[in-house]
Amino acid sequence: MNAGPPLIRIRGLQKAYRRGDQEIPVLQGIDLDAGYGEFVALMGPSGSGKSTLLNLIAGIDKPSAGTIAIGGVDIATLSESELADWRAANLGFVFQFYNLMPVLTAAENVELPLLLSSLSARERRERVSQMLELVQLGDRAEHYPNELSGGQQQRVAIARALATDPQLIVADEPTGDLDRHTGAEVLSLLERLVREMGKTIVMVTHDPKAAASAMRLVHLEKGVLAEEVEPA
Amino acid sequence: MFVLRLLLKNAFRHRLRTLLTIVGLVVAVSAFGLIRTILEAWYAGAEASSSTRLITRSATSLVVPLPLAYGDRLRSVDGVRSVSWANWFGGIYKEPRNFFPQFAVDAATYLPLHPEFVIPLDQRIDFLRDRGGAVVGRKLAAKHGWQIGDKVPLIGTIYGGTWSFTVRAIYSGAESSTDENQLFFHWTYLDETLKKRSPTRRGAAVGVYVVGIDDPNNAALIGARIDEQFRNSRAETLTETEKAFQLGFVSMSEAILVALQAVSFIVIVIIMAVMANTMTMTARERLAEYATLKALGFGPGFVVRLLFGESLFIAVIGGALGMLATLPLAQALASVAGGFFPNVHVSPGTLALQAAAALVVGGVAAAWPAWRMSRIDIVAGLRHVA
Repeated sequence: MNAGPPLIRIRGLQKAYRRGDQEIPVLQGIDLDAGYGEFVALMGPSGSGKSTLLNLIAGIDKPSAGTIAIGGVDIATLSESELADWRAANLGFVFQFYNLMPVLTAAENVELPLLLSSLSARERRERVSQMLELVQLGDRAEHYPNELSGGQQQRVAIARALATDPQLIVADEPTGDLDRHTGAEVLSLLERLVREMGKTIVMVTHDPKAAASAMRLVHLEKGVLAEEVEPA
Repeated sequence: MFVLRLLLKNAFRHRLRTLLTIVGLVVAVSAFGLIRTILEAWYAGAEASSSTRLITRSATSLVVPLPLAYGDRLRSVDGVRSVSWANWFGGIYKEPRNFFPQFAVDAATYLPLHPEFVIPLDQRIDFLRDRGGAVVGRKLAAKHGWQIGDKVPLIGTIYGGTWSFTVRAIYSGAESSTDENQLFFHWTYLDETLKKRSPTRRGAAVGVYVVGIDDPNNAALIGARIDEQFRNSRAETLTETEKAFQLGFVSMSEAILVALQAVSFIVIVIIMAVMANTMTMTARERLAEYATLKALGFGPGFVVRLLFGESLFIAVIGGALGMLATLPLAQALASVAGGFFPNVHVSPGTLALQAAAALVVGGVAAAWPAWRMSRIDIVAGLRHVA
């Protein structure tokens, strides 16, 4: 872990939704830091605001107040198109239901975010090959998502998240749709990314076993940080 | 290349749906093209008319004949180069569905006035020599298998009884717009036969005079001079350009033409609505995928391009097949109704309109879903999966 300034620095973060005339607070004054090479698990009951916090960190939602500085950039101040560019260059996504394009092969899915980079087609193919080898799916490059198991699909999604070599990876219930054994494999892979590649991962999970893979466990309750505990 | 591959794979994700949409497009685009072809054929007579010919007819009605004696007076009108005449015969060959135009003409003057009817010299001489002879268009002869020397019996509807003509010449059109589905025979044969059948019949009558002029710019002036000649006579005349005369027939069916035009566009609007529905359904099903693309950093423009590309791709396939289907359909129409529509052919203009219609359908169909998908909230879109 890096001793320098944190990768993620959140201060006074608030998020509220409007339903008619009513304003429903979801996050209330969150302060949170996460360093380079840190694996942070966000836990909490349904409606606690953990997914909202993850979406704000990922730059796919806008806060009502506060700052979210990631790598020194306050993404709360970026426009939609600036946020899109920022996500393409700095962020990898891992979703609960993998969110792979069903008409694209595993290799094509991994190549997708690279279309937004300046890499040539040949360089893109090389990178795709490396990423699929990393997640041990080199032999499944030409398989379509429906030809892969859930665990394999999630590994393709992780390869896709890594393709542009972002520092930050956000994972929303990455094991939520997997059996215990496959989930453990995926968590092991995420741990490797932190340990061997120095990636920072912020993961939302309901599963205490999954949270145990993280270095830090942040607990949210009704939109506030309830406690920060050491993973089991 | 990658984006094109994604677009093609998306287009055929639901093969049956895409196939049915393409079939709908083929039907709509070919129907549109066929109707446009019929409309063009309707106006073909007017388009093929000569600017150096005027038609003089009875001012009362086209069915009221003019005296044969008017011919000499017409020749004396300043600006008139030559004069001929013709009567609509309206006979039936075997059965009414074999309809084709037949005219009794003063051949010696009529043929020089109509250089678009190209006849080999020997056949022309044979036709002029034989009072019972006829000259027929190339397409008409081919349709009924007529050869030189064949007898063509016609049952008269205006001039009763059975009339028999010998094919002495077959003409070809000098231009593609020339009607090759007509039959001409000698007016003297008609006149003499009628005189024989009815000796008490009054003087010879002419359906219309065809007046050749030197300068098309003087058409209106010459026409006015002709009509002035016969003002306050027993048979006043109405002279107009051949094109105006032909358009007069077209205008009789103006309501039908307007309705046909409306139908041709309604067909396109219907397929536009069908395809817009298909594209909207497609976009809604892929809501989470578009949200994922945006989450990965793709801008709204990428989603818009994907949807427009897919819609236009389907429209281009459907449009191209529809255009191809129009060609045999028009041929089939020509063989069934060639007598009514002598110049049925799919013009480059019609093909261009079909292509434009297909592209407009593809573009409009994608507009609404593309706009919606470009504005989807990523968080809401991703939740769509769960």
